[in-house]
Amino acid sequence: MNESGRNDGKSPLVEVDGVEKVFHRGAEEIHVLKDLHLQVPAGEFLALMGPSGSGKSTLLNLIGGLDRPTKGTVRVGGESVDTLSDRHLAAWRARHIGFVFQLYNLLPVLTAERNVELPLLLTHLSKAERNRHVQAALAVVGLTPRAKHFPRTLSGGEQQRVGIARGIVTDPTLLLCDEPTGDLDRKAGDEILDLLQALNREHGKTIIMVTHDPHASARASRTVYLNKGQLSAEPVK
Amino acid sequence: MKFFPLIWSNLLRKKLRTVLTLLSIFVAFVLFSYLSAIKQALSGGISLAGANRLVVRHKVSIIQLLPESYKARMERISGVSLVTHQTWFGGVYQDSKQFFMQNPVVPEEFLEMHPEIVLAPEQKAAWLRTRIGAIVGRKTADRFRWKIGDKIPILSAIWAKNDGTRTWEFEIVGIFDGRDKGTDTTPLFFRYDYFDEARRSGFGKGLVGWYTIRVTDPARAAEIAKLVDAEFENSSAETKTEPEGAFVQAWVKQIGDIAMITASILSAVFFTILLVTGNTISQSVRERTGELGVLKAIGFTNGQVLALVLLESCLLAVIGGALGLGFGKALTALGDPTGGLLPMFFFPNHDLIVGLGGCLALGLVTGFFPALQAMRLRVAEALRRI
Repeated sequence: MNESGRNDGKSPLVEVDGVEKVFHRGAEEIHVLKDLHLQVPAGEFLALMGPSGSGKSTLLNLIGGLDRPTKGTVRVGGESVDTLSDRHLAAWRARHIGFVFQLYNLLPVLTAERNVELPLLLTHLSKAERNRHVQAALAVVGLTPRAKHFPRTLSGGEQQRVGIARGIVTDPTLLLCDEPTGDLDRKAGDEILDLLQALNREHGKTIIMVTHDPHASARASRTVYLNKGQLSAEPVK
Repeated sequence: MKFFPLIWSNLLRKKLRTVLTLLSIFVAFVLFSYLSAIKQALSGGISLAGANRLVVRHKVSIIQLLPESYKARMERISGVSLVTHQTWFGGVYQDSKQFFMQNPVVPEEFLEMHPEIVLAPEQKAAWLRTRIGAIVGRKTADRFRWKIGDKIPILSAIWAKNDGTRTWEFEIVGIFDGRDKGTDTTPLFFRYDYFDEARRSGFGKGLVGWYTIRVTDPARAAEIAKLVDAEFENSSAETKTEPEGAFVQAWVKQIGDIAMITASILSAVFFTILLVTGNTISQSVRERTGELGVLKAIGFTNGQVLALVLLESCLLAVIGGALGLGFGKALTALGDPTGGLLPMFFFPNHDLIVGLGGCLALGLVTGFFPALQAMRLRVAEALRRI
């Protein structure tokens, strides 16, 4: 077990236990993750660093229930994510996970507020309640005045704020960010990191952020390094 | 309903493509409406034909005439309650393009045989007392702005009068309406006694075009038809007796199998539309693989993604189709485009319902494979394609 994956003192929200992930390319087997262990307590802001192809996004996908491990278990909030059916997994994601993507992944045909509303369409909230949640999420990311704007009329930083608002609008258990500043300049990137930090510190959000930028990882409360499918507490030289 | 803005926005993503696809669906359904109206015009009489009426014509062909004396012999056959006859007059009014059907008939028998022809009692009385009197359907009366009391000349291509002229003058004594929507209100009927007396001897005197007989029990219609034909077997004018519906159908089939022609044209059109719309939806789904991945990532189930794509294709087909059917309905409501050759030209409501069902089916069929593809999309893989 990698010691870096442990965090004693707080009860873990995320438990990755002996996870392996193998991809197949023709006859070739690619072992992306090998016997990986990780515990993330509730309320932590964890940065997951590593070079390209190290398996960071794969691990994030496994924790977020977007993919299934070849071996091992992934538990989030006590729920074994890897054993859920596709339908239950989708419902579980809608309830517990907020995603923030590197390229924002907003729907270009919807305004900022309608993009933020998307996860709420899966709830039983009324239109008025959905609107109230959307406005609250947009206020948290400071984009209330841009609510009616389409993504193409927003800057990269603003689009990522919309992405974050969409990620937090359902008040998920866990926020998973895949290179959230990777497509932004330093200034806009810093604003996004400020926002994530505020969400963690002021709103108690548990955040796992994949990044390859040391400047971004410095904002996290803990950083783990992934290299060749294994975690370590220190960067591999 | 809460997903509607999402579905609608997706349709507006490539406006030109959506408009062009809508237009092709629109045109297909306008064509559907128009062909339905033509089919109705040509074969509508079949469905309106009386179940208790048989038509007796010459065994060789409808243009061969039958002796008037057959009437009394038919009346003697058990199960026959009424017999009347008509003859094809084949005239035009003022211009050869102004054609409509005119037949000499025996008024009382004719009206009793055809209760679907609605004529005011005083007009019926006027017809019975006016030798050159004629009743005309509402459609033709409106077309030529004829009113009661008008005297109208009809030029017959077949029948000459005793004086050798072919122009026959009739006085309009009645204007009839149809009891049912599909009843033909274009013909003109005039008195047979006037016709038979005035037509030149030597051609067709004492002969009539065909007989219509009413049977007391429709269940015995086939048996009575055989009895009628047996009655005139081995005579100089053998007969062929058939239900009125079959007679109308045979008449229509003189210009081809309308149902088959219509079905063939529509099949070709809808097959093309299927490909056009299917391609649009497939392309649209392919273009937003990443977005579908995002929807799944935030919690949309495979079933919900499938439904979204299917609803999108159905919405596209229903909008285009409904507009096409509406326009087709309005267009056909303008009336017979031939000016009289298709008197029962209208777009029937049951075809409108079939059309609406067709829109939905088009949406489901065209959306099915792209929706399946979207449903099977693996989230992690879809997100990598952004």
